[in-house]
Amino acid sequence: MLRLAGVSYRYPGAGHETLHAVDLELYPGTVTGLAGAEQAGKSTLCLVAGGLAPRVVGGTVNGEIDIDGQDTRDWPMHRLADLVVTGLQDPGGQLSLIAETVFGEVAFGPANLGLPYDEVVSSAEEALRLVGIEHLRAHDPTRLSGGQQQLVVIAGLLAMRPRYLVLDEPVAHLDAASAKLVLTAIRAAATAGTAVLMAEQRPEAWTACDAVAVLGHGNILATGAPDEILSNPRITTLGIEEPAEVRLRRRLSEAGLDPELMGSAS
Amino acid sequence: MTEVRLEAVDFTYPDGTRALDGVDLVVPAGSALALVGANGSGKTTLARHLNGLLRPSSGRVAVDGIDAAERTVAQLARSVGLCFQRPDRQIFGRTVRDEIEFGPRHQGVSSEDAFGRVKALASRLGLGEDLGAHPDDLGDTRRKLLTIASVLAMETPVFVLDEPTTGLDARGVDRIEHIVRELVEAGRTVIGISHDMRFVAETFERVVVLDRGRIVLDGTTEEVFAEDRWPALRGAGLEPPEAAVIGTRLGLGSTPTEAAIVGALTSRAARR
Repeated sequence: MLRLAGVSYRYPGAGHETLHAVDLELYPGTVTGLAGAEQAGKSTLCLVAGGLAPRVVGGTVNGEIDIDGQDTRDWPMHRLADLVVTGLQDPGGQLSLIAETVFGEVAFGPANLGLPYDEVVSSAEEALRLVGIEHLRAHDPTRLSGGQQQLVVIAGLLAMRPRYLVLDEPVAHLDAASAKLVLTAIRAAATAGTAVLMAEQRPEAWTACDAVAVLGHGNILATGAPDEILSNPRITTLGIEEPAEVRLRRRLSEAGLDPELMGSAS
Repeated sequence: MTEVRLEAVDFTYPDGTRALDGVDLVVPAGSALALVGANGSGKTTLARHLNGLLRPSSGRVAVDGIDAAERTVAQLARSVGLCFQRPDRQIFGRTVRDEIEFGPRHQGVSSEDAFGRVKALASRLGLGEDLGAHPDDLGDTRRKLLTIASVLAMETPVFVLDEPTTGLDARGVDRIEHIVRELVEAGRTVIGISHDMRFVAETFERVVVLDRGRIVLDGTTEEVFAEDRWPALRGAGLEPPEAAVIGTRLGLGSTPTEAAIVGALTSRAARR
């Protein structure tokens, strides 16, 4: 289990903390969603949970961070990266810029973990298939569309078969069909034992989650089952998009109609 | 009021990828159109043709009746403001204010007027307290809003917004919806690229669906999101907005927006 207990974080040079006393536990085999308005601290929490802050980004972390009871705070990045990998918000900015093909890009991560050749190839192949980009394997990753680059980056992360996978808005740039594939692949990674933390804005992402944590102004405000969190009317005041069914019931009430006109949810 | 017209536009990238394949499209002056399609369907490639960043392999692009081939990117930029999908490809100012002011200052707008635009747009987009901040110190989402502000500041007759709502929270999406509606009311031509079908249905009057570089559907949101078009929509890798699915389940006809569902249920209740 990756555990954050009472974790606060301050960016380098910042006058205030961006995260305050965050408690978060990521269990193998589960997907934890991270919801919250813009500037709630979702990306920052992804950086801290993934270990990029403070190691790469700088800044100051206080509180406890451990994996299976081992304090990881003084681990160097290369040691942590064997266990924890992070997908950032801007996929194009995360390409290696070394690989000449999509296949090479997806194989880059597992190859750098020092895995045997056959395993590098098979995990890259599987990842390409999972996110539906086998047909792009020979393309230059830098010349793909924004959404295709996002799929390449996610395939590269999945190919590393990490124990902990942190994803900052993994479906933000994707069309509906690709988003569904990626969410299914994230579920499959969890079934295979990975613990996933996924920050998102798009409501369909919560269907892939076992639990959703709500961030507001750098604090965890609530954690619970997705249905329970998303049916709470307070979430709109926190800048989180309600599922369409929930919002429609509310709008029908506001229009003086019976929300039951909606019938039972499909 | 400026019309945008594409006639039989083909575009093939140097690596042989055919990104646009015989695209014919007229966007009337002062209208709003959403361009949707699966990842890699050619949406961004099409957008880049509108201000000359890409030139068609064959066919013709015309802005306000003038062939884009006869105009430089700098000339086209006075007519067409293009907001990129990735903020990092666009931002270079040292402060938020510099970034938003850059366009109007280079159009010859006085510093007083340019700063007026900066303040108004920053407040509209929720960046009012960040004017002195370095763009790199903003989160990705606010950088996105900054790119939109800096394109809007040029007050071009045509705006092309490539994925303007990506990563925005519910409030941010509402802001963009309002801004697009106001632009259209002010007579601007707006082309929005998005995969957020709810945003598309709530904001635009017309939807054009691209699939592998070809236009496969073109109509009002009621038409394109009606049940009989779902197979074509899904064939292009897209899903109808949830309101359309719910309205169909309730037998309300084509209801691309939640307001349409509430309206249809209200009139149904009144008839009983």
